[in-house]
Amino acid sequence: MPDQTRAELASRLIPMLQEIQEELGYIAPEAVEWLSEHLGVSKQEIFGVATFYNFFRLNPPGRHEIHVCLGTACHVGGGEKLLDTIREKLGIEPGETTPDGRFSLERVACVGACALAPTVVVDGEVHGRMTQRSLKRLLDRIEREDREAMGGK
Amino acid sequence: MESDDVIEVLVCRGTGCESSKSDVLQERLVEEVQRHGLDGRVVVKRVGCHGLCQQGPVIAIEPEGLFYCQVKESDIPEIVESHFVKGQPVERLFYEAPDGKRIPHYRDIPFYSEQQRVILAKSGHIDPGEIDDYVAAGGYKGLERALKEMTPDEVVAEVERSGLRGRGGAGFPTGLKWKFARRSPGDVKYAICNADEGDPGAFMDGSILIADPHAVLEGLSIAAYAIGAHEAFIYVRHEYPAAVASLKRAIAQSYERGFLGKDILGTGFDLDIKMMEGAGAFVCGEETALMASIEGRRGMPRPRPPFPVESGLWGKPTVINNVKTLAAVSLILRNGADWFRSIGTEGSPGTAIFSLTGKVRNTGLVEVPMGATLRHIIFDVGGGVKEGRKFKAVQTGGPAGGCLPAEKLDLPVDFDSLKAAGAIMGSGGMIVMDESTCMVDVARYFLSFTQAESCGKCTPCRVGTLQMLRLLDKIRSGRGEEGDIEKLLALCDTVVKGSLCGLGQNAPNPVLTTIQYFRDEYEAHIRDKVCPAMVCKDLIKFVIDPDKCIGCGACARICPTGAARGEKESVHTIEQELCIKCGACYEVCPPRARAVMKVPVGQTLEGAKGGAE
Repeated sequence: MPDQTRAELASRLIPMLQEIQEELGYIAPEAVEWLSEHLGVSKQEIFGVATFYNFFRLNPPGRHEIHVCLGTACHVGGGEKLLDTIREKLGIEPGETTPDGRFSLERVACVGACALAPTVVVDGEVHGRMTQRSLKRLLDRIEREDREAMGGK
Repeated sequence: MESDDVIEVLVCRGTGCESSKSDVLQERLVEEVQRHGLDGRVVVKRVGCHGLCQQGPVIAIEPEGLFYCQVKESDIPEIVESHFVKGQPVERLFYEAPDGKRIPHYRDIPFYSEQQRVILAKSGHIDPGEIDDYVAAGGYKGLERALKEMTPDEVVAEVERSGLRGRGGAGFPTGLKWKFARRSPGDVKYAICNADEGDPGAFMDGSILIADPHAVLEGLSIAAYAIGAHEAFIYVRHEYPAAVASLKRAIAQSYERGFLGKDILGTGFDLDIKMMEGAGAFVCGEETALMASIEGRRGMPRPRPPFPVESGLWGKPTVINNVKTLAAVSLILRNGADWFRSIGTEGSPGTAIFSLTGKVRNTGLVEVPMGATLRHIIFDVGGGVKEGRKFKAVQTGGPAGGCLPAEKLDLPVDFDSLKAAGAIMGSGGMIVMDESTCMVDVARYFLSFTQAESCGKCTPCRVGTLQMLRLLDKIRSGRGEEGDIEKLLALCDTVVKGSLCGLGQNAPNPVLTTIQYFRDEYEAHIRDKVCPAMVCKDLIKFVIDPDKCIGCGACARICPTGAARGEKESVHTIEQELCIKCGACYEVCPPRARAVMKVPVGQTLEGAKGGAE
């Protein structure tokens, strides 16, 4: 059944987009071109899929990715306030990256660590029971480590 | 230690404990055990979620059944030296009951003794990365029985007789679903495990996949056999990297051991299971959207009928079951339908699993028989509301569910009674709220979630939820008018009636239930421009009581905008124009001073104090 192969190719689209993002950090325009050729799916359709799912981003992320969890438990526990603090400190909104490319900020629906609400995930590491103070300390620490790393070079 | 028994040290590596660095604890334990030459006598194991996340990181010691809570890296040498070498357990790490008593065994801790852990029985007790642990605990007996002793029709009949209802939330009889798929004509059929646990505030399915992945694989294999599928999928949330890793490993081991692949257990039955990671779309928890996503398209629901059992993935008959449903299937096939029926209620047999979170003392993973009351779950298992505050509401069912007030605490928890009260069973999120939670804010929170996650296909859902959100924002910001509540109710009605899938049909539930049970709070926002819980930013302000300020400067140091200011050791003030009401000053103001106060925006500090006294 020729349709079977087409369907099979199409079903690879999302896993391949995931791999691309894993590798590049975002879905680059060149990657969309490449995918379109190899999977026989139009670019429009690929953009349609890539923009439908929250996971995919079309611009490069910052060196440090901050995800503020706004699941119910985190919301009730003050997740929005944590988000405000980061907004204010870094001057960016969720979905944006700082101009120096150091931090990007995202809101996520739930990371499944509800028992430790509110949580913030920085570079894949879950930080639970966050307060404004511990969040500020965490951000300061990252900045300090970055500075030291730069100074060390 | 007089006995020669091997001591098993079970280190919880669930998401909660892992984020409190339980991986480091495990490494240190192994080092210390080696240093003391205890290899072979003390075995350190990684296990999945033990359930009592509040006390994490937790470590259980078997066979004694001892339980260490909130273990720090610095505690490890003492545990090894004192407990494993000298045989004296470290009492100060035992669970501390509210009365200050230490409870050594987890079975005596009310959080556990008040539960009935059936599906979660192995969670936290077996190494999820070792298939042998699962097999030794009786695993794959259900599949073996199904494949070797039963025809597919008999398997369907057994599950039908058990009365099992889908644990994803809708509660559809699983056996019936299987029967439909089995009877659908066609050679190619699919079985899918829906592990796209999108409800914010719910982590049951993720925890089971991390702690006991083979239970789910076994259930999925049984489902495939029953309906006549040779290909199955697990659609898992990519936000759960630990669950993804756990499943990958479990699938690989199952192939190695002949529980998957060709000629399973020598019975001639072939099955392949593939895992697919979601990409962060809540609506993909809906079955037709989930299938569209596996096919590589935008996850948008389509009308049913045709139901997936007739025309599902790639147009073939397909059965989709939730993680907990499949884990229950494994046990039903092992222990029989009668055993399952003996638990729970007539209409909803078996157990219910909740992730209990919010303002409750014992947050964590909870399993109780269906029919247990909300009060039992929240107060007996959960230990009641945190910090001695007053219970206000409990939210079940995630964004599609509802908020129930204290009057409903004696409601038995099962599919039908929760629905009758306006909430739903849902997948198992249960969030406890106290008097510091604003119900208008909660309704707005859930609605903002469903509004953002609406796929956009049905206009009432896409536009209706946005209009509702705007109305709630208006009320929250103090611009509410008479008639807004009625407008909200009318919109709810339209969205419920005009949406294709469960997302839209249930999106109004949080709004409907908060209006039904907490209408006075809406009215306070609208008429008095007051947020009784002092949550809604536009209706409160932060001020410093000059009589109480000790001039410590904590508020000024944390304030992100420089609104909180003052000379060292003198009274501080908050510049209202600069204040973004983040509440950081309120949080850091030392308990001995408590000078930072929340005051209704229209009132002065004196007025608020006068009112309070």
